[in-house]
Amino acid sequence: MTTTTAERPGLVARVPQGAKEGRGVAATAHFALILWSLLVILPLLWTVLSSFKSTQEVLGNPLALPGKLHFENYVNAWTTAGIGRYFVNTVVVVGTALVLVMVLGAMCAYVLARFTFPGNRLIYYSMLAGLTFPVFLAIVPLFFVLKNLSLLNTLPGLIVTYVAFALPFTVFFLHSFFKQLPGEIYEAAQIDGAGEWRTFFSVMLPMARPGMASVAIFNFLGLWNQFLLPVALNTDSNNYVLSQGMASFASQAGYAVDFGALFAAVVITVAPVLVVYIIFQRQLQVSVTQGGVK
Amino acid sequence: MTVTHEAVPGGGPKRSVPRRRRPLTFDRVSFMVVFLGLPLAVFVIFVVSPFAQALWYSMTDWSGFSSGMNFVGFDNYVKLFHDDIFLKAVRNNVLLAIVVPIVTIVLSLTLATLVTIGGSGTGTIRGLRNAGFYRIISFFPYVIPAIVIGLIWAQVFTPSSGILDAALSKIGLEQFKDYAWLGEAKTAMPASMFVMIWGAVGFYMVLFIAAIRGIDPEVFEAARIDGAGRFRTAISLTVPLIRDNVQTAYIYLGIAALDAFVYMQALNPGGGPQNSTLVMPQQLFTTAFSKGQFGYSTAMGVVLAAVTMLFALVVFTVNALTGGRDQRKAKVGR
Repeated sequence: MTTTTAERPGLVARVPQGAKEGRGVAATAHFALILWSLLVILPLLWTVLSSFKSTQEVLGNPLALPGKLHFENYVNAWTTAGIGRYFVNTVVVVGTALVLVMVLGAMCAYVLARFTFPGNRLIYYSMLAGLTFPVFLAIVPLFFVLKNLSLLNTLPGLIVTYVAFALPFTVFFLHSFFKQLPGEIYEAAQIDGAGEWRTFFSVMLPMARPGMASVAIFNFLGLWNQFLLPVALNTDSNNYVLSQGMASFASQAGYAVDFGALFAAVVITVAPVLVVYIIFQRQLQVSVTQGGVK
Repeated sequence: MTVTHEAVPGGGPKRSVPRRRRPLTFDRVSFMVVFLGLPLAVFVIFVVSPFAQALWYSMTDWSGFSSGMNFVGFDNYVKLFHDDIFLKAVRNNVLLAIVVPIVTIVLSLTLATLVTIGGSGTGTIRGLRNAGFYRIISFFPYVIPAIVIGLIWAQVFTPSSGILDAALSKIGLEQFKDYAWLGEAKTAMPASMFVMIWGAVGFYMVLFIAAIRGIDPEVFEAARIDGAGRFRTAISLTVPLIRDNVQTAYIYLGIAALDAFVYMQALNPGGGPQNSTLVMPQQLFTTAFSKGQFGYSTAMGVVLAAVTMLFALVVFTVNALTGGRDQRKAKVGR
């Protein structure tokens, strides 16, 4: 949609002045932007092409097109290399964690934003602090917390860790949303006889939907791309998620060498995100801007 | 599509929470227990307590699975400051935190400026045609998992079978035919930095585009009437006006560069030639989970956290000392 319209249509054109200079600037601008776009696209395109090559072809001429399309690379990646299993694990872990963190985060943000009680500020600021400290500081003790709860190397353990570390951001972001909701609506709901639970789920939560959507997108990307937590806390290869599965596959491929399948695995990992991205790119970029400006 | 527009906080009515006394009904009590208690329990057990324990562990000689754990005070920290490999990692992280944010910001700010005010108007400053297309392409790396970005570029950089060497020798630079970009101490770090920058530019470009669009068009108009060219406008008007966004970007990028774990694990899991790309998190991870020196590795975590906080503090201070917000106000008031 936006691809054909100028980005700043609001400005009215005035007296033609320095039009030539303007055109020169525009040409340079297009040149620079095309150059960068190529730098982004070419490695990805090459990855897709290589995913259809046999290992000999990959090791041969990197610039050549595949002789015939080796679709078996995808089968090998999916089954032999276990990418299929990792994919399913990732969907389960990220899906569950996302739902949980959105529910818990919204509840917590709502209470912190709209109720006054002693300790409110303390909780809010400790959430903020949890957002700023590097996870690496916590990783070793976290390992033993999970071990003591018998959650180490299990999917539920990974899920609850994902929820815990995505919680501060979710609360922080949604806090401002719930803060803005008009108080009259809450009071109207109370007068109509709705209890606190009912007020939240039937009135307040639906009103925060735009904020929820933005946070959900961020959390989805963050959790889907999470690497450190699974690598440290989920070392049973049956429970691998995609990111760590990819890393382990790549480090094996150095010796056992199925490069075609490695490239195919990369494509399998990127393709779903690409589809989601193209569908939601507007929403996503709006979310990013909101999240970033705040 | 329109859903998101409502999300823009429009400075609507801000009401403070009504401070009436509420009776303690079951509904209300159960509500508070579940709504506050459940998230807090998860947060305290899995986030707060590990952070707190880390401080204690970092002062012990704990090697994990054995029960013995002695308090050693600051011995681990003293040892760290004589650990050449760790100090090398610290230096690499600091280098990353300086170079990666600067290059990323300059590049993404340039691209954002080109998109917003590079258009060929007749005198007026306007956006570029097809800007949406460039934005969509540039932003795409943001949604690719960092580990995959690293793996793709590791393949691109591979000597002989990677596309970079092939392309370079094709255009006549034969000396790069079998050049190992990630295997030579000279180029491993710059190549790794490039990959991190490649992954980050699009995101910050989108952020800066939004910030520049947020500037009142009349400011640009005034500058144009005063006779400022496009370049001049970008340097002396746009940058000061979106200064706070640049500061935020610098802090985010710096924190990411002080981590850099995922990229480095993908590009050079072993720390690179002569540890030239080794970063603190990698060293921490190996020390903890391969060597089992949990006390010592936690001390590394404390140092990492301290460096991160120090970094944010430095950025804030520099921005404040060089006249962060005052300049902004002066410019807007013009």
